[in-house]
Amino acid sequence: MDLTRLSAYELADALDKREVSAVEVTQAHLDRMTAVDPKVHAFLHRTDAAALAQATSVDERRASGAALSRLAGVPIAVKDNLAMRGEPTTCGSRILEGWRPPYDATVVARLRARDLVIVGKTNMDEFAMGSSTEHSAYGQTRNPWDLDRIPGGSGGGSAAAVASFQAPLAIGSDTGGSIRQPAAVTGTVGVKPTYGGVSRYGLVALASSLDQVGPVARSVLDTALLHEAIAGHDPRDSTSINAPVPDVVGAATRADVRGLRIGIVTQLSGDGYQAGVSQRFAEALEHLQHLGAEIVEVSCPSFEYALGAYYLILPSEASSNLARFDGMRFGLRAGDNGDNSVEQVMSLTREAGFGAEVKRRIILGTYALSSGYYDAYYGQAQKVRTLIVRDFAAAFEQVDVLVSPTAPTTAFRLGEKLDDPIAMYLNDVATIPVNLAGIGSMSLPAGLAPEDGLPVGFQIMAPPMADDRLYLVGAALEAALRDQWGHLLIEEAPAL
Amino acid sequence: MSTTHDTMPFDQALASFEPVLGLEVHVELGTNSKMFCGCSTVFGASPNTQVCPVCLGLPGSMPVVNAMAIESTIRIGLALNCTIASWCRFARKNYFYPDMPKDYQISQYDEPLCSNGYLDVTVPTDDGPTVVRVEIERVHMEEDTGKLLHAGGATGRIHGADHSLVDYNRAGIPLVEIVTKTIEGTGALAPAVAKAYVAELRDLMRALDVSDVRMEEGSMRCDVNLSLNRPGDGWGTRSETKNVNSLRSVERAVHSEIERQAALLTSGGRVVQETRHFHEDTGRSTSGRSKEQAEDYRYFPEPDLVPVAPSDAWIEELRATLPELPSAKRDRLKGEWGINDFELQTIVNAGALDLVEATIAAGVDSAAARKWWTGELQRTANDRGVELADLGVTPQQVREVEALIASGALNDKLARQVFEGLVAQEGTVAQIVSSRGLAVVSDDGALLAAIDDALAAQPDVADKIRDGKVQAAGAIVGAVMKATRGQADAAKVRALLLERLGVSE
Repeated sequence: MDLTRLSAYELADALDKREVSAVEVTQAHLDRMTAVDPKVHAFLHRTDAAALAQATSVDERRASGAALSRLAGVPIAVKDNLAMRGEPTTCGSRILEGWRPPYDATVVARLRARDLVIVGKTNMDEFAMGSSTEHSAYGQTRNPWDLDRIPGGSGGGSAAAVASFQAPLAIGSDTGGSIRQPAAVTGTVGVKPTYGGVSRYGLVALASSLDQVGPVARSVLDTALLHEAIAGHDPRDSTSINAPVPDVVGAATRADVRGLRIGIVTQLSGDGYQAGVSQRFAEALEHLQHLGAEIVEVSCPSFEYALGAYYLILPSEASSNLARFDGMRFGLRAGDNGDNSVEQVMSLTREAGFGAEVKRRIILGTYALSSGYYDAYYGQAQKVRTLIVRDFAAAFEQVDVLVSPTAPTTAFRLGEKLDDPIAMYLNDVATIPVNLAGIGSMSLPAGLAPEDGLPVGFQIMAPPMADDRLYLVGAALEAALRDQWGHLLIEEAPAL
Repeated sequence: MSTTHDTMPFDQALASFEPVLGLEVHVELGTNSKMFCGCSTVFGASPNTQVCPVCLGLPGSMPVVNAMAIESTIRIGLALNCTIASWCRFARKNYFYPDMPKDYQISQYDEPLCSNGYLDVTVPTDDGPTVVRVEIERVHMEEDTGKLLHAGGATGRIHGADHSLVDYNRAGIPLVEIVTKTIEGTGALAPAVAKAYVAELRDLMRALDVSDVRMEEGSMRCDVNLSLNRPGDGWGTRSETKNVNSLRSVERAVHSEIERQAALLTSGGRVVQETRHFHEDTGRSTSGRSKEQAEDYRYFPEPDLVPVAPSDAWIEELRATLPELPSAKRDRLKGEWGINDFELQTIVNAGALDLVEATIAAGVDSAAARKWWTGELQRTANDRGVELADLGVTPQQVREVEALIASGALNDKLARQVFEGLVAQEGTVAQIVSSRGLAVVSDDGALLAAIDDALAAQPDVADKIRDGKVQAAGAIVGAVMKATRGQADAAKVRALLLERLGVSE
């Protein structure tokens, strides 16, 4: 039995029945990493020793009859923008090279408390700015379906790690689609929870009002199990929601869409979407209709301005969030030769430490917040944001969930859009409204595009705090497609 | 950078110009923990020992608002007659500086928690105290920065230093900034108004028990904005004087800035909009950084914090916790003690109000309590350059001394020596009386012997007294007091003397 082919649910079950030990499970995944990651480059840093020690501890406690959490002993990969005590946390940036945080992000602490085994930190676009993971300062991650293609971004490392069976679970973060778009192009499942549903404490901020930590896995149920493990109120994050976590695991198990009203967003379909993407999206809708859901079309007119608003709000917040990387207290310091002033050292450090895309967005954001421009840019963008929230609210008056393709295209080739920021930004056109409104959203595989044989993502969006609906619909669609294909889509990924 | 300008004498300056004043006061709140994390706020700890990922601004860390700080700010706002916002946000003030861990300061910008209040202050004038209403623009919350120490240079300032050290213990200490509206029409009283306002604010903070308001430790800091204009003209360009760290300096800073700007404007120059630094030693300010190109702080709402939305019920609950405010207390005590405005002002100026009140509460009569605190003890405090409250003498000790005087064991002269001993930390009242040998000579025999000596030395005076000129007794009493080195009860000496000579009053 190849332990790396099992789902988290199956692994947890086997561990619970003591059919397999956590050390065996962990070692199998570490071996898989050794075998395939040189080709994929999903990981920036492996934590073999700590992982095996953790697994040993789980086995010992299980043997002594101690009560363990459901996912105890299951391996997991963590995006490199989550602080992990004593381990490198680079955010894919040179400026954090060598920095080892003295503390754990709340999500990392929860994973540890539930005895998941962290096997490493995954690659990402620098500070989560990008849709291809090509903006990492530490090399590009490749798509396991086609090594010449991008794995999506910014969380390409987490998606590729899961898609290449190096870990059954991964943690991502989603500011404009960084969990969902990589999931879409790698044939995996990713969820961006409702804003505030999962603690951001310890997540190195890109855009604080948009960022959300979420689960990545190969099945809807696995995603729900991880979602449940990391969600819930955190007193260290005052934007975290102090309310019970929706029953996502229960919803993923029920997988029932009978009587549910599902809305297609007019503005997130049609022109601009690759033919195969639209085709698989339409087929998925037929499945859902077949299962008893009612499909209607709803209009969200303000979505037209979402991308523009996003690219003002994100850079504005990022320009401020990234100010602290000044070489004074941690990370890279450049030009400290005794002659340069503090200001010069700060400037030289940022010049040397940040990549081109990061600089581009810092400049954009600095400009948008400047006195005299604030109202025209940041202020207007916030108004658009309010309109988008209203569009969603109006839509959810009519339907239970909204759906769209996750990304306009399947995975594009490495380098294809690297020199065209606008083309790169357009990749997130369907995922961005969700972040602006703070609602929850899932991407799951809808099949392979006929023209290129690459995965297509299906996006589900639910009202705030109703993340369980994502799982209800996602699990139902997944089951229907699985019946059609005889297996999960990921099983069709080429051997590496 | 230190340009000294000619100055115009104050009276002359006020003959031509009207000053417009604005005061920004920062108060460090006395909360146990910092504004956005759980670190301790105790003053004087070793550098960088009271820090955590949040107040160091480490990547990924997030702020959480200290509820006590909000509570204190609302109480300050209520005491200053402000409107309390039902909903407001924090904002980020962005600028790069090594003492700012995040390279932005979490502050409040266009949505302060408290706004539109006032504070009535009593200003001493030659014609007696007058009340001036200072209007408050806003009271808002923010976090303090770290502290930079410039090393390797002669002056301790950044110029000439070869490296700088940063202590982040102060970073994240809760600050409240209280900003006045422009204060106009005070004319020559401007310096006194500024001082009285800051003093009143300090007393208010103490009464509210929200800060220790020690200006010398920086827990209360004042920036003085000042401009001059000729009567009938619009406002002039203002300067902002920072580093004004005592009540006396507030007054001096306004005074000297009026003289400086008047000289500049009269000689055809113009006032530069700039930050100036006040120097305690010279009483003058020097030019700091120019604000001609206004710094762009790129304020925007802090996305890591949820809005502050105090309920009406909570605000009313806090209003009910307000103590008697200093002005009301002064009015009450004035009545209770039966004193006039001047006497009250003397006590207030000495910083003795609470001490006198406590002394009276301990059982000392009003006149005696005031006499000691505004007399001997205030003089001592002035000589030593400390606040009266920090002198080391307690109301209880004043009561003990007074009790000894009442019993005849001490007289005023000896009591002063007891206080001297208390200030020098020589022990308790009883210990000092004993160790310094400060007992009144009450042995009639010894006193009579001294009286006889004095009468023998001044026979002419003795005759006068015998002839009924009782007022001449003072000379003999004085001689006896001198002979006993003050350790006698003068009234008793006088009584014994008259008895000795067979004369009655």
